[in-house]
Amino acid sequence: MKSNNPAADGRDAAWRVALRDAMPAKERTAIPRVKMPELSPEVRVTNFEEVNRGLTPEQALTESTRCLDCPDPQCVTGCPVAIDIPGFIKNIQRGDLPEAAHVLRLTSALPAVCGRVCPQEKQCESKCIYNRMKKPPVAIGYLERFAADSQSENVADAPVPGPKDFKCKIAVAGSGPAGLSFAGDMASRGYDVTVFEALHEIGGVLKYGIPEFRLPNRVVDVEIEALRRMGVKFVTDVVIGKTLSMERLEEMGFKGLFVGSGAGLPGFMNIPGENLIGVMSCNEYLTRINLMGAGRHGFDTPVLRGHTVAVIGGGNTAMDSVRTARRMGAERALVVYRRGEEEMPARKEEVEHARQEGVEFLTLHNPVEYLPDELGRVRAMRLQRMKLGEPDASGRRRPEPIEGDIVEMPVDLVIVSVGVSPNPLIPNHVKGIGVSRRGTIEVNPDTMQSAVPTLFAGGDIVRGGATVILAMGDGRRAAAGMDAWLSGSKDGA
Amino acid sequence: MFKILEKERFSEHVVKFVVEAPMIAFSRRPGHFVIVRACEGGERIPLTIADADVERGTITLVIQEVGVSTAKICALEPGDSLIDVVGPLGQATHIEKVGTVVCCGGGVGVAPLLPIVKAMKQAGNRVVTVLAARTRELIILEEQVAPWSDEVIIMTDDGSYGRKGLVTAGVEEVINREKVDLVVTIGPAVMMKFVSKLTAGYGIPTMCSLNTIMVDGTGMCGACRVTVDGRTRFVCIDGPEFDAHKVDFDEMLMRLRSYDKSIMEDDDHEKQ
Repeated sequence: MKSNNPAADGRDAAWRVALRDAMPAKERTAIPRVKMPELSPEVRVTNFEEVNRGLTPEQALTESTRCLDCPDPQCVTGCPVAIDIPGFIKNIQRGDLPEAAHVLRLTSALPAVCGRVCPQEKQCESKCIYNRMKKPPVAIGYLERFAADSQSENVADAPVPGPKDFKCKIAVAGSGPAGLSFAGDMASRGYDVTVFEALHEIGGVLKYGIPEFRLPNRVVDVEIEALRRMGVKFVTDVVIGKTLSMERLEEMGFKGLFVGSGAGLPGFMNIPGENLIGVMSCNEYLTRINLMGAGRHGFDTPVLRGHTVAVIGGGNTAMDSVRTARRMGAERALVVYRRGEEEMPARKEEVEHARQEGVEFLTLHNPVEYLPDELGRVRAMRLQRMKLGEPDASGRRRPEPIEGDIVEMPVDLVIVSVGVSPNPLIPNHVKGIGVSRRGTIEVNPDTMQSAVPTLFAGGDIVRGGATVILAMGDGRRAAAGMDAWLSGSKDGA
Repeated sequence: MFKILEKERFSEHVVKFVVEAPMIAFSRRPGHFVIVRACEGGERIPLTIADADVERGTITLVIQEVGVSTAKICALEPGDSLIDVVGPLGQATHIEKVGTVVCCGGGVGVAPLLPIVKAMKQAGNRVVTVLAARTRELIILEEQVAPWSDEVIIMTDDGSYGRKGLVTAGVEEVINREKVDLVVTIGPAVMMKFVSKLTAGYGIPTMCSLNTIMVDGTGMCGACRVTVDGRTRFVCIDGPEFDAHKVDFDEMLMRLRSYDKSIMEDDDHEKQ
């Protein structure tokens, strides 16, 4: 029996007490942390198959046994959406996978996605009690993925609800993590939700940005299918603020708009030669390959493969780009980063995977110029060598140029991955909306409501560049906020 | 899916389509463009909107066959559909009464010029339109621009129609005989470069509409970037129209060759 009240299946439930009593803590903590089965580096640089293969049922059972089911679980405080982590893990341990997935879905709209792309080592796992024992934390992310994947077929097979007596019509701009989680929550609250997507595919950054080898499209499609079955409508090829204005949406009977249009605008460094052929944004490179199928049979979109590829930046998107470059056949693929490896914002796992795949790291180097060949294609980059100075506002040591120490390196493809800014289309279009200097939409952080009462927003359009889980959390908060606001206003239910 | 209602072949490689796209027809203004994908697996390419009919819910596109993707589009027939049409994108043309406006277009650039000619005339300007092409059969939309122009000057490279000479000769002729307050130029990048050079010499404000390589068309990829007044701008969201005198046309011409054979061959891993 599915319960919507976690307390009913809480820590004091008889079965959980029994699980805790079944094995002494000392014995549990002696179990080594599970290792994620991976494709070998030699195989994976030849294809786009998912690198992490997922835990086997035996591995998941053993790992779930490690969880001590703490009375005051700190892991939950490390999760931006406060998933009942011991709750789902103990359900794995007792063998009730549907219930484990159900517990995840109570707080996370996209558990199979988050289990793959969340930086657990900085969130839930960083708070795990095992860290205090100087032992590796419970592999919460791997278990989350395991539980979610175990039910992926059931999600798509779930019965379609009959015609509903909908509350009012709600529009969503953008079908990335923020929009999808908002749509799911509003649909379950009984609203008639339509998601408008500017591209021709649903999924936003999950489709155009994150590559197959880290997040397969089928995983995203399962989640979208689940939303469809809940009655959510998806319309591609519509840019809110361009194809349909706010006024048009109102005329069409939409009572609220949630904007999750993301941080689409790629940053460049404004250095000489940055507009040469073969210098492009990570967004362009990844979109050509992930969304447009460049390089695959039957797809017309071209992409430059490069023999020596340099990716500028040290974030997750930089790792996605450089690992993609290896798979596209680059003989040399380099990460060029102005700080040290310690300061890299990318997940450790991604850096490690990249290194296994033969990616070279050129830290403490910063490009200052790109040089062309006779056709205008980049043939070399000039790199300023850096050293680390005092810590800056971010707490990381500030990179400083070493005067006169500039090196030149041959390169024929440069992918610039130095951050993104919010997509300006909607902030520019809506009158009266509050926009920060960084171009983000200003909202009440509790309700995600903007200065225009019918417009709510979340994800990177509000944060300016964050994570899937934070975007998803915003979508949930916005759904609660909009529901409360509509219920209180006469136009509501 | 976006159904093709009409097709007209202007010349061997230039086709006009009337496409069902009611939401775009309603929202578009002169200067806007759309991103089109012909079929599954197809490329996303930008096309400027030549005209729209709000009542019928249609937009008009004029396409020149230059590569794989445009050939796929041009092969479609009425009743077929384009799998994706998204827009209207870009900034609309700034239309105001300035006095005398010379609108000059080359090749299929005349298509996006048409709504601007119309709007400039409706705003109360004297409009002189200069249409240019290599040869007679490539002159398009003459009849459509005529009612909105005080005068239409035709220029062909081979002299088979109108006057013999380049578009710049036609524009210069107008400049020499009357006061011109604004020049609008749309066409191949190299044509716009020379029109811009000409009018810069006379100090006449000049606006161009750029058609660069794009993927998403909404500011996400940056493939369309151009240098304007020393700054990198995105054609898709900052443009497509810019002050022609400030555009780095040489860089734009270079970037248009990003996926040319010469570049791709050098990039081909199988061959090395």
